Amino acid sequence: MNRIEVEKKVLNENQILAEQLRERYRQLGVLCINLISAPGSGKTALLERTLERMDKGSRVAVLTGDLQTENDAKRLAKFGFPVKQITTGGTCHLDAKMIGKHLEDWKLEDLDLLIVENVGNLVCPSSYDLGEDAKIVLLSTSEGEDKPLKYPSIFLKSELMLLTKIDLLPYVPFNADVARENARRIHPQMEIIDVSSTTGEGLDRWMEWLQARQERAKAKLQTVHS
Amino acid sequence: MHELGIAASILETVQAEALRHPAGRITKVGVKIGELCGVDRDALQFGFEVLVKDTEWEPVVLELEYIPRVQRCSKCRHEFRMTEFDPQCPQCGEFLTDCIGGEELDIAYMEVDE
Repeated sequence: MNRIEVEKKVLNENQILAEQLRERYRQLGVLCINLISAPGSGKTALLERTLERMDKGSRVAVLTGDLQTENDAKRLAKFGFPVKQITTGGTCHLDAKMIGKHLEDWKLEDLDLLIVENVGNLVCPSSYDLGEDAKIVLLSTSEGEDKPLKYPSIFLKSELMLLTKIDLLPYVPFNADVARENARRIHPQMEIIDVSSTTGEGLDRWMEWLQARQERAKAKLQTVHS
Repeated sequence: MHELGIAASILETVQAEALRHPAGRITKVGVKIGELCGVDRDALQFGFEVLVKDTEWEPVVLELEYIPRVQRCSKCRHEFRMTEFDPQCPQCGEFLTDCIGGEELDIAYMEVDE
């Protein structure tokens, strides 16, 4: 019997494709973000408010994933930016191959920001690198404060947590301080922004975060070229 | 619920490795599963067994090694096993500690009868 050391990522294939995407984004100065949450935490509502606030000439596009229906793409297409639905059929997450395939007939050089709305799921999307610059996790006030403790992987891998539906705080037994504390227990350095897509509260801070990250992606590009 | 896809990726790697050992037969594949990788070990084991059943790969045993979450203190560099999601360094009390183990989802080795 012979033992061969392999030391290879199980999701090696996905990782290679993700790194290729990341390199393309980097070369073109495109910021790619990957929004992840449980179903119903308000990813699509947040994107509606986000696209609504963008200047008409903004170079932004959205890939939105679901198991079935084109509903989210229809909701988001109203704002005039390119939107494409990825229907996975039954798969519970997006992978780098799906992203690459759906980007084929878009010109990445025409974009500054690519937003990926992952399938509503806190488990599997955390295993799949999509080549994004940042994963962003959403936690809504209609969920439990202990979600970060129950699903630590995605909170650990996300740079930013958006605490959504904060307009509901007076009506739900949700303790925002406990939720933030739980999130920080998992990931002490994670940024947290409270938002409400209904009242608009906190959206300025979110847009500023996006803007700052886009500028960072562009600044990196200039360093590469100079 | 994505364990079947992961089992398929493992099997693909086994098949690729088998091509490099035409005279041998792969009997075991060892995979490291980190505490934080989001993969259920039982579901992965089950998925793998379903995939290889009634195929030439049926004799291949999937051996899973669980890797617990380990943090390293940013201040005193002490490494410790993180339990109860408490990131605080037990040695110096620092809260800023980095995850250095527990995210693995790696194929570590294979065993071949030649």
